Amino acid sequence: MNIKEWIFTTDHKRVGILYLIGSMAAFAIAGVMAMMMRIELSSLGPTITDNPTTYNVWLYSHGAIMILAFQIPALTGFFANFCIPLMIGAKDVAFPRVNALSVWLFYVGVILALLTFFVPDPPDVMWTGYPPYSTITTGNTAFYTFTVLILGFASIIGGVNFLTTVVYMRAPGMGWTKLNIFVWCTLGAFVLQLIFVPVLGTAVTLISLDKYLGTHFFDPTNGGDVLTYQNLFWFYSHPAVYVIFLPFFGVLFEIVATFARNQVFNYKMVVFGGIFGIVALAGVVWVHHLYVSGMADWLRIGMMITTLMISVPVGLMLIGLVGTLYKGSITFETPMLYASGVMFLFLIGGLTGIPLAVPSLTIHLARTYYVVGHFHYVMAVAGTFAIFAGVYYWFPKFTGRMYNEFWGKLGFWITFVGTNIVFWTMMDIGVQGMPRRYYDYAQFPQFVSAHQLMTLGSIILGIGFVIAVVNWIVGAIRGPKAGDNPWGSHSLEWTTVSPPPHGNWPSPPSVAENWTPYGYEKR
Amino acid sequence: MRNLKKLVAAAAGCLISTSIAFAGAYPATAGSGAPPAIKDPAVEWDHLWREVIIDITIIGVVFALITAWLLWRYRRRPGNETGHAPKLSAAAAVAWVVIPTFVFLADDLYIAANGWQLWNVYREVPADRLEISLETGMYSFDYTYPNGLRTQNELKVPAGKPVLLRMTSRDTLHNHFIPDFRVKEDSMPGRITYLWFLPKEAGKQHVVSCAAYCGVMHSYMAGKIVVLSPEDYKAWYDKEGAKLNDTKSAAERATAMPAKKS
Ligand code: HEM
Ligand SMILES: [Cu+2]
Ligand SMILES: [Cu+2]
Repeated sequence: MNIKEWIFTTDHKRVGILYLIGSMAAFAIAGVMAMMMRIELSSLGPTITDNPTTYNVWLYSHGAIMILAFQIPALTGFFANFCIPLMIGAKDVAFPRVNALSVWLFYVGVILALLTFFVPDPPDVMWTGYPPYSTITTGNTAFYTFTVLILGFASIIGGVNFLTTVVYMRAPGMGWTKLNIFVWCTLGAFVLQLIFVPVLGTAVTLISLDKYLGTHFFDPTNGGDVLTYQNLFWFYSHPAVYVIFLPFFGVLFEIVATFARNQVFNYKMVVFGGIFGIVALAGVVWVHHLYVSGMADWLRIGMMITTLMISVPVGLMLIGLVGTLYKGSITFETPMLYASGVMFLFLIGGLTGIPLAVPSLTIHLARTYYVVGHFHYVMAVAGTFAIFAGVYYWFPKFTGRMYNEFWGKLGFWITFVGTNIVFWTMMDIGVQGMPRRYYDYAQFPQFVSAHQLMTLGSIILGIGFVIAVVNWIVGAIRGPKAGDNPWGSHSLEWTTVSPPPHGNWPSPPSVAENWTPYGYEKR
Repeated sequence: MRNLKKLVAAAAGCLISTSIAFAGAYPATAGSGAPPAIKDPAVEWDHLWREVIIDITIIGVVFALITAWLLWRYRRRPGNETGHAPKLSAAAAVAWVVIPTFVFLADDLYIAANGWQLWNVYREVPADRLEISLETGMYSFDYTYPNGLRTQNELKVPAGKPVLLRMTSRDTLHNHFIPDFRVKEDSMPGRITYLWFLPKEAGKQHVVSCAAYCGVMHSYMAGKIVVLSPEDYKAWYDKEGAKLNDTKSAAERATAMPAKKS
């Protein structure tokens, strides 16, 4: 095993693992940024930096890296790459070299994102990059533009690849209703990426054109319009939350079915009601991010209704997930513990989103820590817990070894407690009026103790994450041999050896008429 | 937590009053008849917020209890070694889609209807009002009164009179957020946006803080609203207005008179 083999690999499993390593590195860095922000906010006035721009750069990199370089690549890069060919019984993806190109681009994107900390005037435009500020700042907006473009391109070519793979390379006998829920979810996510990433690309390109080449797309003194950017940006970036949500829910379905040793509850409801419903609604709700941006009133009211309607497909998916527990036979190894945790975190996150769907409530809540708390629950933390659940779950498959169960569980509980301290408190002070993206909060001295509590909570939460990652590293190097199917799962990826060889199976598998990935009970 | 009766009533309310409440959204837009008493958006906000919180708390608690119970009840034990999910009949499978869909939609409509009504309160400004124009810039709120008087980061207003801000920006996005009045809206170059609020208690001050990331010093962009009694306000306003006229005539700067916006 040498480095060159890994860099030039076209094996989907290795590409996947490269994605995992890169995205975890990104997570670590963005996590450190979060800690820096939390420490800075632990007292009024300057704490560890007296330059607001430093804080703004931390916040920019935290948001941009967490979403674009951690969650999306971990979910649609690592999990999709590693699992999809194995789940559908294919030897590899349809275009292995395109796949390799995608992971290379991803690394270029990550390196660009990291250069943020070394260039003289790093971007300070927040991950949303709204003009006019992004076009007049002394910060380097071009870095933002190119990071987004490259990571977006990596993701798009991955999308084409996986859609083709699933359509043409399923094992003989594997009909559309025998796909793992994870495969369906990922397909949905890639359809969204293919449709919407180009819009994001357009938006971020136009701000750099405005800034560096003197165009006036967003400059009203020359016929441009400030709001156009926000519409373009959220036209992508709302669907982007489903690009994160769908695969992470897919991961949860796999885990819950395996550890409950049970059929997925009402499979067709989950796929055709839940996943299809989300893909259908994803593109018509973006104005809920512009409720206090001066949008036309009829759009705010119209998209209140579409946004509230999202509760239907999301609710169906949650019913499917929780329903899978019904009459199951559940054990609580670490992956299942994380998955169960997400059920509660996501519930809090999802329900606290309902007030944010209503413009007349958002008129107070928007741009406060309430929003920050809400989206960390629903996406950042729920998604990260699901990613950790999934890494633990497939760990024996991709390393061939076992992690340590005790440390796994301990890490979960520590993170779970810390998470709730931090993000519940955020929502609480948000309702009381604490605005987001604040380096300092002299006008709100009443929130000092809450901020200190959150700083403490984030230290606790961080310790839990570190325990998990150390657990993986130690397990991958010298964990006990795991066996091919330690969880007793029925899904196809567990029928090959661990770790699977190049080509996955000695001879391509086929599936029987009455096989499903969740057929635990003989009927 | 909250009083149980209220919870039950709200749960029932969700289902029953959906259609009634939804119908109720229309008369507010029609706005005919005698001038109604001014509704204070901040009070109405607190009211709807409480209702929605009760609503989502019920859903959340019910869902969480069911989940916790399932996790506990179906843990692996001797004699329960594999799952036995019942095979759903076609009718049951469809029912599991249709019934939750209707329940969710009913709750959605209930919230949407109430939200819309509150929205009308926020967007329909009472006719008897004080109109201020606000220009934001990095990093201050610059107010202009109807008589041309200008103030920065401090807005004196009379108690009991609705205040309308017409806002624009000379550079980046800013947002005039007044937590106590439960209201905010962006200001930006090239467009005029508005918000209104109802100051009530003379002698009170209310923090104003920028809620749109506008640049390096974003978190320091703050001001206050000072509520005076109507008499104090009038005295102050007339005095400052007179001063303004003096300086103006003295310097004969008639051209500097700011254009009146209506
Ligand atoms: C692991 C623990 C985490 C902590 C302690 C944390 C903390 C924070 C804090 C303090 C802020 C800034 C609030 C402000 O000044 O407005 C923030 C913003 C943000 N976080 Fe996290 N975060 C964490 C994880 C994540 C994860 C996993 C994601 C993944 C998507 C994420 C995405 C974001 C985004 C998108 C923002 C908004 C950035 C912006 O305002 O432009 N965070 N977080
Ligand atoms: Cu959204
Ligand atoms: Cu600001």
